[in-house]
Amino acid sequence: MVEVNESLLREIVKQVIAETKQADRKVDFRKEAQSTEQPAVGMPAATDAPLVLDWFKRVGVAKKGTTTDEVVIAVLPGFAEHMTENMTGISHKEILRQTIAGIEEEGLKARVIKVYRTADVSFAGAEADGYSGSGVAIAIQSKGTTIIHQKDLEPLSNLELFPQAPVLTPDTYRTIGRNAARYAKGESPTPVPTVNDQMARVQYQAKSALMHIKETKYVVIGKAPEEVELNFN
Amino acid sequence: MANLKRQKRVEALEKRPVHLDGFVDEWPEEGLIAMESPSDPKPSVKVVAGKIVEMDGKSEAEFDLIDQFIAKHAVVAKDAEKVMAMDSLKIAKMLVDPNVRREEIIPITTAMTPAKAAEVICQLNFAEMIMATQKMRPRKMPATQAHVTNIRDNPVLLAADAADAALRGFPEQETTTAVARYAPLNAISIMVGSQTGRPGVITQCSVEEAMELNLGMRGFTAYAETISVYGTEQVFTDGDDTPWSKGFLASCYASRGLKMRFTSGSGSEVMMGYAEGKSMLYLETRCIFITKGCGVQGLQNGAVSCIGIPGAVPSGIREVLGENLLCMMLDIECASGNDQAFSHSDIRRAERLLGQFIAGTDYVSSGYSSVPNYDNTFAGSNTDAMDYDDYYAMQRDLKINGGIIPAKEEDLIKVRNKAARALQAVFKALDLPAITDEEVEAATYANTSQDMPERNMVEDMKAAQGVLDRNITGVDVIKGLYEGGFQDIAETVLKLLQQRIAGDFLQTSAIFDKDWNVISAVNNCNDYHGPGTGYHIDDDLWEKIKAVPMAINPSDV
Repeated sequence: MVEVNESLLREIVKQVIAETKQADRKVDFRKEAQSTEQPAVGMPAATDAPLVLDWFKRVGVAKKGTTTDEVVIAVLPGFAEHMTENMTGISHKEILRQTIAGIEEEGLKARVIKVYRTADVSFAGAEADGYSGSGVAIAIQSKGTTIIHQKDLEPLSNLELFPQAPVLTPDTYRTIGRNAARYAKGESPTPVPTVNDQMARVQYQAKSALMHIKETKYVVIGKAPEEVELNFN
Repeated sequence: MANLKRQKRVEALEKRPVHLDGFVDEWPEEGLIAMESPSDPKPSVKVVAGKIVEMDGKSEAEFDLIDQFIAKHAVVAKDAEKVMAMDSLKIAKMLVDPNVRREEIIPITTAMTPAKAAEVICQLNFAEMIMATQKMRPRKMPATQAHVTNIRDNPVLLAADAADAALRGFPEQETTTAVARYAPLNAISIMVGSQTGRPGVITQCSVEEAMELNLGMRGFTAYAETISVYGTEQVFTDGDDTPWSKGFLASCYASRGLKMRFTSGSGSEVMMGYAEGKSMLYLETRCIFITKGCGVQGLQNGAVSCIGIPGAVPSGIREVLGENLLCMMLDIECASGNDQAFSHSDIRRAERLLGQFIAGTDYVSSGYSSVPNYDNTFAGSNTDAMDYDDYYAMQRDLKINGGIIPAKEEDLIKVRNKAARALQAVFKALDLPAITDEEVEAATYANTSQDMPERNMVEDMKAAQGVLDRNITGVDVIKGLYEGGFQDIAETVLKLLQQRIAGDFLQTSAIFDKDWNVISAVNNCNDYHGPGTGYHIDDDLWEKIKAVPMAINPSDV
């Protein structure tokens, strides 16, 4: 019978586990947002200059939120500065005004960032929730499609998704803001009622594609989100 | 134009529903072109030592990751040079010629490159595509698939509607959620409901991919379909995916005895903004080849949820049938779209359905909405529950098996009620929020979720999370059914789970009959080679198809 040195055994087990952990490194698709080293930044396909707006100003690289009483709203690359309204004609200004009002009605703060590395609403939501102090974020495409996302969810999952932009009204955006704030507070709000218009797609899909194609032209691979300062006065 | 005096007929025409549809001019640079984009590659292949080193005008070094995958896994390299030397028109003629059998064509079509395959499809007119589809469909007997959803994610109604759809003959049913967190409850509800309506129906729950697999592994679903592949690298990688990762996911399903098919469809790359100037057909061709290369038995295609894109451009609906046909030419099960609201015009809705309906496919619709479109959380289908009687009439007028059969009102009431009660028992056994007798009654007679009493959605969602956290599986559902007095349904669900171990329904184009016999491309192989061959409606089924609810019996007059 070989004498088993228990502490040596424990040491060996520890080392093996440590090695396994190294080998099974978690793949994190959201790493770019957290990485300290600067990834290579690409160029957008479109070359037109962003509109200069008095109500929507980018003020440098977005910071990670540290307070839990905020909800981050991420707008996509073409938002406000290259397109000005969603596919049914609700202005981007009105969309943000309503969404923010919804968040503030619940006593939380809203912070707006613009994401660049994707035109996809889910991935924008997944990127944004890493910037939100509460871990809850809303992402809004230029065409109006919106998602409420929370960190820890898979990128393509969601708390609530509003895939049919044509049925969204200014009131819906306000309710989305309100619900996002309630998630941020740890509550379980009743989801925003689903409105279904089976003819919306028929009527708007081609326009939706054209707007989305345009959005992708402003995607900048590897570019970090920027903080947006709003002025509704 | 503003000052033009309006011609009254032109003005009246503008008020017709078709004017609400989206139509756009072609824009080849952004891929808004159905077929034959000027930037589509020309077919070519070079094989060295059994390996494809050049494909469709690109050398191996120039391959993107999709080319690389297709060249390595999807094209039968040993025959490629021989097939590529054949005239595309000749291959097209073979597809249409009834004297050339399916099994003679498959070795040719599986050795083509994507550009060649697209070129062959472009030779065919719409009627020729119907001829070819009739022959190339893998399973001899056509079928169709149902959507079962409602916008409140009401579980009782889902169960009743699943039973209703099963009784009407849908062998596959698909649900999804209005709110993602409901997924486990929706999956359980339609599984219990469908097995009540007709044993042997298989069900799926279309949600985020990891959750979808999770539900399957627990035994809440028997198959999966919404595993999407795309035709350009950019769109693929935007979803943090590659052909290899999709192949891996496919093998996860296979390893658990779950049937699965991929989903693609023309227009998705345009929708996502990265079409690289290629035609919708060419990009869809690449998706079909990726599916083949992954070793997956089937594909849902035919524009699917992007139907508004090919539907908006010239020759788009012809292209859609073409991509279904191409799927069949690669010897893959084809669930052929027709699953999204397509037009405001009833005439165009019928036009959309025409090719697949007349030719017959493995699933004419990969989502006939078995509920009114009001409740369809896939954003509406081309045909819905309100079209049942029209659809039955079409089957009867043309003597076509479009996949469903009329059902008697008293029978529908019976199975709807039983399904709702069975789910009530399951919810009770699993300690989920109670289903009241009032809800059972409402679900039995409901048309839409508006006819249902409100449920506490927050409680339901918490319970749904609890199902996952408490590691509840299909076995618990069976126990609940058994102890709740539904031994027959318990046994049926148990049979369904047993099939997962046998795995016979992983064969191409497999469905079950009510006695759990597999009907697939293996034992029900399409042998069409002209009149008198291929699929025929048997007498028993014809009696059922003839019995539309509105027919007058002459002896009653």
